[in-house]
Amino acid sequence: MTAENSYILNVRNLQVDINTKNATSPLIQDISFGIKKGEVLGLVGESGCGKTATSMAILQLLNRQNMCVSGSVTLHDRELIGLQDKQMRMIRGKDIAFIMQNPMNAFTPVFTIGHQFIETIQVHTSFSKKQAKELAIEMMASINLPEPAKLLKRFPFQLSGGMLQRVMIAMAACMQPAVIIADEPTTALDLHSQLLVLRLLEDIRSKYGTSILLISHDLGVISEMADHVIVMQNGQITESANVLQLFDHPQHAYTKKLLRTRPSLYSKKQPYPYMM
Amino acid sequence: MSLLEVNHIELSYPSTKLFKGRKDVKVLKDISFSIEEGTCLGLIGTSGAGKSTLGKAILGIQRPQQGQILFQGNDLYRSDKHTRQKMRRELQVVFQDSYSAVNPRMTAEAIISEPLENYEKLSVSEKRNTVIELLERVGLSEQDLKKYPYQFSGGQLQRINIARAIAVKPKLIVLDESVSSLDMVTQSLILQLLNQLKRDFSLSYLFITHDIKSAFSISDSIGVLEKGELIEQYESKDEFFSSKHPAVQRLRESILAEHPRFRTIRRNDG
Repeated sequence: MTAENSYILNVRNLQVDINTKNATSPLIQDISFGIKKGEVLGLVGESGCGKTATSMAILQLLNRQNMCVSGSVTLHDRELIGLQDKQMRMIRGKDIAFIMQNPMNAFTPVFTIGHQFIETIQVHTSFSKKQAKELAIEMMASINLPEPAKLLKRFPFQLSGGMLQRVMIAMAACMQPAVIIADEPTTALDLHSQLLVLRLLEDIRSKYGTSILLISHDLGVISEMADHVIVMQNGQITESANVLQLFDHPQHAYTKKLLRTRPSLYSKKQPYPYMM
Repeated sequence: MSLLEVNHIELSYPSTKLFKGRKDVKVLKDISFSIEEGTCLGLIGTSGAGKSTLGKAILGIQRPQQGQILFQGNDLYRSDKHTRQKMRRELQVVFQDSYSAVNPRMTAEAIISEPLENYEKLSVSEKRNTVIELLERVGLSEQDLKKYPYQFSGGQLQRINIARAIAVKPKLIVLDESVSSLDMVTQSLILQLLNQLKRDFSLSYLFITHDIKSAFSISDSIGVLEKGELIEQYESKDEFFSSKHPAVQRLRESILAEHPRFRTIRRNDG
């Protein structure tokens, strides 16, 4: 692997074990991948296969009491595993941003959007409140959110899910992070909001050269966005390929099944040839 | 006679803004359609279009202010108590969130036998046998009888919800985003199960979803709901794809590519 140094985020032999009362069982086994600048890496797999656990392990958000994380995660050649909580907190939100599936849960319902947006900016910069507010408005205007100043005064429950997710992305993007981890960013949204959110992620990627780790079980999202795809099953990577390669010549049985079982609008065949 | 006939229903929710007086929000505007026995009507639309409210009106949960809903020829909201009770048996529902649709303190057996206890007089052993049959019908087994909801995955629990819905042999099942929160493989397995059940019991479905692809894979006809109006209805994919209605065009644009070669969002910049 000669291109290894060009990876912005480099994950090597990542392993997560969960300790229960009697035994230790692995959640993720020996996962390795890297993301280059401006690249979108798709991560697919059925629920429970360890997609979210992988992203949580990268961000060190797993409970250290009962989870054991080993291996190496480097960002710009800086090792993240083993960092202090305090140092990690400076990286989260600034260098690696995280977008969750449910935007409603990502905001505190008791503070306005503006309060939370400005807080995020101030934690990572030495901006005054006024400067932070200006930056927030500028960022929201640049991604075509209507009436940003008004939006900042709203509470999270006053906005629709799609709107909230776009605010979330604005917040994630305003620190111009090197990597955005988007964990099922559109699963909870309707079709039109899904389109807007994906377009927004693409805008940010092309504007700032952000690398994106896109976790999704929707192959439509993957075929629209990803450069490279890794397929996970039972905590392991079963296939890793270029997106065209994966759709044209899936190698692994599980990948084939995944491609075959999805509903399609264009094929004339029976939509569900797969039988259990 | 159609199984279900919806005639010009209008429904609004009262909204009270403190100090600003009352203003009603119109959710459904003059909606009419019918569902024949053994067919599935798919209902698509963006969030807030009134899809779920329409589902509730058909289930008898949310009474529309105007119009009537006829189920097997009887008015859903104006029949006598006995007829209404009978209709409730024939009308079942499966919701999106499988966990909140079940009581966490009940076992799978208790969940599925509840409608049986309400509508059928069965002995203990008959009831158990029926439940086992139902579990097997939806792809689970006898070993799952004593399990609690948290011991099942989302897909398995949705199967239990389906088993509960078909337990009393209904005529119409309202599927309100029933597969939306499941992963792709599970989704297609559940859709396949629903298709099979539809054929075997000549069930009718009202399939409410925002996912156009899954709607087309199960429905015989498709209706598009936009801002409380049923704007168009189609018998085939081609009709949907040739529609000139701006709202439908917007929906079509939002369908994601099925192959990376046809992608539109990502500019392939090499």
